Amino acid sequence: MTVPTDLDLRFREAAARSGMLDVGYDLVDSPIGPLLVAASDRGLLRISFDPDLEQHLEWLSRIAGRNVLRAPRQVDGVRRELDEYFEGRRHAFDLALDLRGVTPFTERVLMELARIPFGETATYAELAARAGSPKAARAVGMTMNRNRIPIVLPCHRVIGANGSLVGYAGGLERKVALLTLEGVLL
Amino acid sequence: MGTVAIPPFETFYAEHNSEVLGLLRRKVGRDRADDAFQETFLRALRAYDRLDHGEHLRAWVLTIASRVAIDIHRRTKPTAEVPEILHEDTRPAYEDLGELTDGLPAKERAAVVLRYGYDLTYDQIAAALDSSPDAARQAASSGVRRLRKEAQL
Repeated sequence: MTVPTDLDLRFREAAARSGMLDVGYDLVDSPIGPLLVAASDRGLLRISFDPDLEQHLEWLSRIAGRNVLRAPRQVDGVRRELDEYFEGRRHAFDLALDLRGVTPFTERVLMELARIPFGETATYAELAARAGSPKAARAVGMTMNRNRIPIVLPCHRVIGANGSLVGYAGGLERKVALLTLEGVLL
Repeated sequence: MGTVAIPPFETFYAEHNSEVLGLLRRKVGRDRADDAFQETFLRALRAYDRLDHGEHLRAWVLTIASRVAIDIHRRTKPTAEVPEILHEDTRPAYEDLGELTDGLPAKERAAVVLRYGYDLTYDQIAAALDSSPDAARQAASSGVRRLRKEAQL
């Protein structure tokens, strides 16, 4: 016997409302594929293109606590802003972020990253300089590669000095799609 | 020291939800099983971050479910006398838990039910059973071990 869908959803809804979850997550449809989106009561904790749920559950549990549950309500706000972004109606995200566990360097870089506006790009070296570590372009590259909250923290807007796209943890075709959506690429 | 890691709640829930629903349907009927199901897993969620190991999670959640079923029966029979639960050799309020704990010696049975069904501390259980907290802990853990062995047959 399996639990009927409506009963299952009712519990997940009640759990999210109870305030007892450490993390609620859901899969959110997008034009660049399904996104795993996870949020704590502090804010958005993770966006991932990778469907390996088990690995995410372990990570989320380790970083934020074991009360991790698929709970659509917990990410409703993020889902709405992502939908608006992909429909071209939103150019800036207005979401609290949960960056617990990142190093001070990473946090500095990510905060500078967040300032790159919709439709614009910066190079790795420029971003390093803005974060106060002009020689750290390579480390900035690593930070982009490990970005826990892609799209919202727009690592797709960071490119090579010669204009090449370089790489993207979610796959280069997604970087192209996002930059196309923003009008950077045709 | 527990050796079994406690899984994320999602994993625990997915593993046990259908069995819990089956138990509740048998105990309180289809109509009331949905509310009982939600109540069971909300109680489990409330206690989940206090667990210190991942063993016996099945026995734990089924005991919570049984406890919820008892509460529902009590609520729907407001005139029924609430049975005394604090004597070790009688068959008290948790009689309905027979399905799960019937085979246990009285003291272990009480310790298991009070610990996992009522969520009492070992101090409280010791008070209920008129023994020491250590003895209560031992009774509960040997009861759960026994249940686990039965479940694996």
